[in-house]
Amino acid sequence: MAGIVSYGGYVPRYRIRTREIAEMWGEDADAMEGGLRVESKSVPDEDEDTATISVEAARTAFENAPVEGDALGAVYVGSESHPYAVKPTATIVAASVGATPLMTAADLEFACKAGTAGVQAALGLVEAGRIDYGLAIGADVSQGAPGDALEYSAAAGGAAFVIGDEGVVAEIEDTTSYTSDTPDFWRREGERYPQHGERFTGKPAYFKHTEGASKALMERLGTSPDDYDYAVFHQPNGKFPVRVAQSLGFDEEQYETGLLSPKIGNTYSGASPLGLVATLDEAETGDRIFFASFGSGAGSDAFSFSVKDGIDERRTGLKETFEDVEYIDYAQYAKHKGKIRRD
Amino acid sequence: MTAPRFWRKINQRYRLVGTECRTCDTAFFPPRDLCPECRRESDIAEKAFSGEGEVVTKTVVHDAISDYDAETPYTLAVVELDEGARITAQVVEGDGEVDVGDRVEACFRRVRDEGEEGIVQYGTKFERV
Repeated sequence: MAGIVSYGGYVPRYRIRTREIAEMWGEDADAMEGGLRVESKSVPDEDEDTATISVEAARTAFENAPVEGDALGAVYVGSESHPYAVKPTATIVAASVGATPLMTAADLEFACKAGTAGVQAALGLVEAGRIDYGLAIGADVSQGAPGDALEYSAAAGGAAFVIGDEGVVAEIEDTTSYTSDTPDFWRREGERYPQHGERFTGKPAYFKHTEGASKALMERLGTSPDDYDYAVFHQPNGKFPVRVAQSLGFDEEQYETGLLSPKIGNTYSGASPLGLVATLDEAETGDRIFFASFGSGAGSDAFSFSVKDGIDERRTGLKETFEDVEYIDYAQYAKHKGKIRRD
Repeated sequence: MTAPRFWRKINQRYRLVGTECRTCDTAFFPPRDLCPECRRESDIAEKAFSGEGEVVTKTVVHDAISDYDAETPYTLAVVELDEGARITAQVVEGDGEVDVGDRVEACFRRVRDEGEEGIVQYGTKFERV
């Protein structure tokens, strides 16, 4: 059965504290930190973007992969912050891992769930026998307008998964999606920062879709939360994933490993995929992982994974990279994010 | 740099693809089509470098040309790759803290932007390990 052959994640090493942003805008730092349950968020270096983060994640995935880049038949990069409006990020990634030219590639966009849409597309091609291996990436250098609620969590990071049916270390038992036209968050063409529907992003968007996909998948598989060792959900802050996990019947022991947002913020298309990377780094053979992404607009892709032999050889040590970080102040952050115009 | 000129060397810029002379086991980056030692005995083949190496010398740039002045101060170093060739490149993070003899590895970064409207030129920089 097809699934994840190898994987990798990348989070830039700079961090800004929620407290620093709150103080900049005269907000109550304790209230912001407590309300979002985000202590700090990752910030890209000035020369990092979605393409460079995707490449670093992909290269990490190939460090331990049983195959080389030229085995790829498809490369999909999901993001809402592709460096170009027209010109694929996926070709940059494909060239950087030596996958070109006999392959297909495309960029995907579905707010925070474009990366898992890529996993499903690659899985379909592998299961149909059209390709041997596919690479699916979710990565973002997300934007939040200065002073907007999004600025407290919009972070940078990404994860890459090599999908195939040989050498699989996390079998995809099944996947299902729950999608509707729900305008809870958007960015119009040419606009610099996204807009959102405040509280509308919660109940009718995040919770309805995540719960919808999760319940449908468990019903189809005949499983319940007790059948899983780990659970990973999209994490726009530190509060939503905990609340949705609990409402579905998962407990802290199951979701704490993959909950990264309190330290790195919301890495958008990279958020739930990075949670999966952190979980795969710790899961043992025979463990089962429940996973659900969420993308505004809105939809959720749920997956059930079964961890196989060989996982030990694929581990990446993602969380160890979180120990070597550099905290920056708001002025440096503004420079890193290109919020200061010099001309 | 025009888009075609950048594109022509994408394999060198993205993946450090150089060449080696199989006659005398010497690696070249940027790639050479002829070994200056072996000359007509050259047996040149493509070689992808590992990206790991050591800082041979370095300097910190405080006053850069306009394309890079937002990044100052930044560290520029000559890195000797483990396979033998030397490459001049930027070392990211910890400006001024990089020392001669430090182990470094290649990372993928934006190297230059052709303004807001032009192409983004990606390539290889180094980071300490």
